[in-house]
Amino acid sequence: MNELPTFLLDGEEVPFTPGQTVLQAALTAGRYIPHLCYHPEFTPHGSCKVCTAKVNGRTAASCTTPAEAAVEVESNTEELNDTRRTLVQMLFAEGNHFCPSCEKSGNCVLQALGYDLGVMTAGFRHLFPDRPVDASHPEILLDLNRCILCELCVRASRDVDGKSVFALAGRGLTKHLIVNSESGRLADTDVAVTDKAVAVCPVGVILRKRVGFAVPIGERRFDLRPISARALEDAPRKPGESDRA
Amino acid sequence: MATSPADAVAQEQETLVRRIVARWRHDPSCLLQVLREVQEACGFLPPPALTLIARSLRLPLARVRGVAGFYSFLATEPRGVYRVLFSDNVTDRMQGSERLMSEMCHRLWVEPGKVSEDGLVSIATTSCTGLCDQGPGMLVNGRPIGRLSSERIENLSRLMLERRPVEEWPADLFEIEDNVRRADILLGHGLAAGDAIRAALRRGTQGRSERPANERSWREAYVGAALGPVAVLEEVKRSNLRGRGGAGFTTGIKWEACRHATGITRYVICNADEGEPGTFKDRVLLTSHADLLFDGMTVAAYAVGASKGFVYLRGEYGYLLERLNSVLERRRHENLLGQGILGQPGFDFDIEIHVGAGSYVCGEESALIESLEGKRGVPRNRPPYPVTNGYLQQPTIVNNVETLCAAALVAVQGGDWYRSIGTLKSSGTKILSVAGDCARPGLYEYPFGVTVRQVLEDCGAERTQAVQVSGPSGICVDVTEFGRRIALEDLPTAGAFTIFDTSRDMFEVARNYTQFFAHESCGFCTPCRVGTSMLLGSMEKIRGGNGTLHDLREIARLNKVLLMSAHCGLGHTACNPILDTMKKFRPMYERRLRSRDFAPAFDLDQALARARQMTGRDDAGAHLENQP
Repeated sequence: MNELPTFLLDGEEVPFTPGQTVLQAALTAGRYIPHLCYHPEFTPHGSCKVCTAKVNGRTAASCTTPAEAAVEVESNTEELNDTRRTLVQMLFAEGNHFCPSCEKSGNCVLQALGYDLGVMTAGFRHLFPDRPVDASHPEILLDLNRCILCELCVRASRDVDGKSVFALAGRGLTKHLIVNSESGRLADTDVAVTDKAVAVCPVGVILRKRVGFAVPIGERRFDLRPISARALEDAPRKPGESDRA
Repeated sequence: MATSPADAVAQEQETLVRRIVARWRHDPSCLLQVLREVQEACGFLPPPALTLIARSLRLPLARVRGVAGFYSFLATEPRGVYRVLFSDNVTDRMQGSERLMSEMCHRLWVEPGKVSEDGLVSIATTSCTGLCDQGPGMLVNGRPIGRLSSERIENLSRLMLERRPVEEWPADLFEIEDNVRRADILLGHGLAAGDAIRAALRRGTQGRSERPANERSWREAYVGAALGPVAVLEEVKRSNLRGRGGAGFTTGIKWEACRHATGITRYVICNADEGEPGTFKDRVLLTSHADLLFDGMTVAAYAVGASKGFVYLRGEYGYLLERLNSVLERRRHENLLGQGILGQPGFDFDIEIHVGAGSYVCGEESALIESLEGKRGVPRNRPPYPVTNGYLQQPTIVNNVETLCAAALVAVQGGDWYRSIGTLKSSGTKILSVAGDCARPGLYEYPFGVTVRQVLEDCGAERTQAVQVSGPSGICVDVTEFGRRIALEDLPTAGAFTIFDTSRDMFEVARNYTQFFAHESCGFCTPCRVGTSMLLGSMEKIRGGNGTLHDLREIARLNKVLLMSAHCGLGHTACNPILDTMKKFRPMYERRLRSRDFAPAFDLDQALARARQMTGRDDAGAHLENQP
């Protein structure tokens, strides 16, 4: 079944179905490109830029770049991984991230990427922004200190839950997440703890209350296997196709 | 039942919002226009008004707030009766804007960025207002005032303290000059309204006359007319006209791609979001050559087959809206717009003006389209490009004001004529916005290929040490490069030509530009959102005397990441001013550096200032020892 067109990823052929982006095709084929704001269930939107790769020599976010036959994609190079490390450092410096006291530790995509990419230092001056915590909702906690502005909750609430509970306001460094209620409080929105938007948060911003630390640190998702392995397990596969890993 | 005054205000506000929403056809894609007009009437955007707007446009409130929070001219907190914005381009600063602003703050008892205690006035800075040739400039309640001086500041302050409505202020305060110093084919076009459209239509009939006589019938006449658009497109392609907004994309190819794209309808958009600091040519074209622009847009619509056009006018030029709308109205009466333009069946086209609200990124064509659709002005992922998936996902061309004006000239005089002017790869002329240290700032139109030296001579610049070509995102050229030419093959430019003489500190120029990028970053992508602020942090640290070689290395590192991964041109070029000036004027950086390899930006002794203030102590024991 070699009918699918292919492109080269770090010198190896990757088949793709027309319409797929470089990252989607790579993950489907069991090839990992580090990424953060991309989620297999949502339309890629390309804001975090962690998945930046070189496509025919030009850098582009691989999650939004359409796959094309015969193009050459470079991803696993020192130069690109260094850029990714810097981007992850920027996100750590931008927010208030204190992994040891965070409920998401071990399940956090930002933290897992940091480990997997070998981010050993802060790298930048921390900005220590003044950001609120919204505990108004009886079942859901919103801690904006950890928001990385990936917009997954915005997309999930709008496209899956059909509610548009979350949106972005401000711009530049003052860009921030807001919720859809007159009071601006989460309790006054129509969010439900079962919403996709609540489950999809990759970091410790949208947390379910009263279930904290149910799984001990050390036994969590990325404690067991690095994010590069987990991402491939989560990638959509054609029915019947087994993991290459 | 008696109504309270608060109820009456709420009632009034509701009527107002409903009227504005109705005027914009209850169309959610007009959200930005609705917000702008509600703010104009209320002074700011009160929370109940936002709720009502969201409800009437059937949008989530969070989305309305998200849009209101994106644009720097929209305010969700009350502001002063008088809203003063000082233009903060480097040329304004060179002309003393910072001193003038503190003078005004002092006279009116207000802190920058805040509203005065009595609610009378708020004073803040804004990105370049396009008055660099007659600065320092400011906007008061959206109206421009140039040539600021201590005397003017005193007058203005008095008018405000007397609470005189802005409409009653002396008219000479608001006088804006064109300052055209050198006119060539464009600024000296001499065409009347509609000339370019008539010429375009004639190209269709010329196509018919070339056919054999025995084929002549009404049917052929119609076919001949249908050839018109293609004939015009051919002329534009032959002219090799390239985009004047800075990127230099070939206009004919853009138009052809749009014409051939499949869609329900097509759009022509004029990018009048002239936001590059130091550029003001579009201000003059919109003020004095609006008919030529609208002719150009109509010719473009004829060539690509569009029936609707938009002008996206930058918020800073909002004062031109009324005049531009009256020109459009006159053109409708003259059958230069509307149904069957100039009697040509099927040639239907009209233009609507949308006004921006303070966002530089919206000058990027896909961000402009997002803004035009009433969203946050964030550049889209491309492909697909606007020529196939533009406004409302339909085929769309977005062209700069100057490009469309030049296209009108091509329609009249033909592509070969246009191509005969300028250089091999850059045909035609370019209007330069000359400002900074020179005797005669203003507009200079030259055929492409003019040297930097020639321009400096013509505008009376002396002891020049550097010229910033094309604004902060452009190139800084020093004395050794004044022989270089303005052309796409050498120094491409959107038009800004900012001159610095030997008295200027190029480090401060770069710092001003870095502040601009950090302020204007839309925040969509990580590298630009965080990186531009980190850059500014490094520049402030160096300025404060705490910089080391480590900081210069960090700038280089940030540049690499921005170049490799930023979402749009803003991020890609954000480091240019620093890198250019660091390369060409390195002593201006090095004399600020401390020799040590690393020094913290954090000043431990300064951090204790608050504690000293609270305890009323200032003795030696309350200070850390000065470090060697």
